[in-house]
Amino acid sequence: MSGHSTYQPTTAFGKWFDDRLPLYRLVHDSFVSYPVPRNLNTFYTFGGILMLMLVSQIVTGIVIAMHYTPEATMGFDSVHAMTRDVAYGDTLQDWHAVGASMFFVAVYIHIFRGLYYGSYKAPREILWILGVLIYLLMMATAFMGYVLPWGQMSYWGAQVITSFFSAIPLVGETVREYLLGGYAVGNATLNRFFSLHYLLPFMIAGIVVLHVWSLHVTGQTNPTGVEVKSKQDVIPFTPYATVKDAFALVCFIIVFAYFVFYMPDYLGHADNYIPADPLKTPPHIVPEWYFLPFYAILRAVDFNIGIPFTDIVLIDSKLGGVLAMFSAIAVLFVVPWLDTSEVRSANYRPMYKIFFWLFAANAVFLGYLGSRPAEGIWIPLMKLTTFWYFFHFLIIMPLLGWFEKPLPRPASITDAVLAKHPDGDGSGGGTSQLEGAAAAPQSKG
Amino acid sequence: MSAPHAEDATRRDFLYIATGAAGAVAAVGVGTVLVSQMGPNAAERAAGAPVEIDISAIEEGQVIVAVWRGKPYFIRHLTDEEVAAAQSAEESGFSDFEAADVRLGAPADGKEGKWTIVAANCTHLGCIPTKVDTGFEGWFCPCHGSKFDVTGRVIKGPAPTNLPLPPYNFASDTTLVIGADKAGA
Repeated sequence: MSGHSTYQPTTAFGKWFDDRLPLYRLVHDSFVSYPVPRNLNTFYTFGGILMLMLVSQIVTGIVIAMHYTPEATMGFDSVHAMTRDVAYGDTLQDWHAVGASMFFVAVYIHIFRGLYYGSYKAPREILWILGVLIYLLMMATAFMGYVLPWGQMSYWGAQVITSFFSAIPLVGETVREYLLGGYAVGNATLNRFFSLHYLLPFMIAGIVVLHVWSLHVTGQTNPTGVEVKSKQDVIPFTPYATVKDAFALVCFIIVFAYFVFYMPDYLGHADNYIPADPLKTPPHIVPEWYFLPFYAILRAVDFNIGIPFTDIVLIDSKLGGVLAMFSAIAVLFVVPWLDTSEVRSANYRPMYKIFFWLFAANAVFLGYLGSRPAEGIWIPLMKLTTFWYFFHFLIIMPLLGWFEKPLPRPASITDAVLAKHPDGDGSGGGTSQLEGAAAAPQSKG
Repeated sequence: MSAPHAEDATRRDFLYIATGAAGAVAAVGVGTVLVSQMGPNAAERAAGAPVEIDISAIEEGQVIVAVWRGKPYFIRHLTDEEVAAAQSAEESGFSDFEAADVRLGAPADGKEGKWTIVAANCTHLGCIPTKVDTGFEGWFCPCHGSKFDVTGRVIKGPAPTNLPLPPYNFASDTTLVIGADKAGA
């Protein structure tokens, strides 16, 4: 949306409409003529994939809500009746449940892409913060959605998550009762979770609009981290980015469909095929895989924090664990200010590149630990990985800006592209490629 | 013509403040309605009346789970060894120490307390601990690894406090009432 509109209505009706509501102009400027850097790689297609996942979840969700009964004695049966009696009911249920997992696969790739290429840096702080907000809302939505089938994991997941709020000093128990609508997780809880699970996706959609708006004001980053400087650096969104996004989308859908049709329960828990029983905790409560790293952080704090050498406890282990877990998300909001390096892309940051992959490996390991029981060797490992998670954001990120010596960056996106592909768009070739290519940068732009 | 002008400004100021005040009152009113409906409803609160449980069939060493207010409670009949182990346990072994006598109940005055009546939700994040019988260790929470002794005191793990004691009394040698401190209360 940088620059003025290039939209020209071609028909009399188009012109008449455009004078009254420039809707098609907005679409044209945002998704047709909108300029994107010419060097975007596959990792930049996940924004589009995420949009489709949101639509997919809303469509399947609205449909299965027509067959679902949000009531404690009927919720479980209504889900299983749907999968057996409704035409394609099983497919729809798997599509929605696996869809949630795939949504998180895509969002994690999207977030790590942002961390690698420094997409959060000025002037894109608001864009990043909106993204973290979407991620938070996604987690709330996914959690409440997981409660609805009212199986054992649903019930005990709700029990554990809502207990976080009872860690708040003084008013915690009251807050929890108001969240649950009762003294324990029950029918009132299921009802309100259903209501909110239906609401939140539309709030996500609203923030997605702001996220994309902000993106189109600042423009995309790109693997070099160098801002767009000339018309040669960009190509129009349609057809170039559209076809690239569409291709990646189709590849993603193939993986998605494989899970839906061949292993729909692989990412779930067998315990959720047992109806909720308030009197029996499953032997091993685990959240869905996408929450596991945070679950490990929650359980890493098994000690009280107090004034040394006294018995005074300032933060008990329960509050400490909950605070650590929420901080793990909250820290993402301030990442744009924690990273002090003026170089955006990790491609030109030799030290950050190493620490980025260390962080990624640590995050995956945290996820693995989240699936392990809280005993033996796992506890010290949880502490170590939790420590590293925060150490990366709070210490390494700010310090690297001072200590790291970045590699020389290309003067422009076009320079970087031509250096990588000396024969330009394939028309050149032969010797002294760099010069030749620079003389005729591109014929398609 | 400065006087009428000043008068206009004053009237507008008054309208701003009056509208703002009315808006604030309305916001408090609307907020009260929207927040209050979240709490436990009348039926839920009415269901909080005390419950009577027949404990005649619970042998020493056994635990049953009773429900009051939608929440589970353990009723555990301790063996003599367990009572002795709980009473002689060192204070340093607990993170939230209370004397064993406080935590044990007896059907009649003068009788030895051999009953543990505690909330069955772990004080950490609400899972139901599983029963173990190793010395004076009574429960282990499979979720996050908290350990409790036979009277529900925390030995180890993230649980910040002991399993809470509900209000209860023994209506007779074989009947336990959970939800009230004194018979008939």
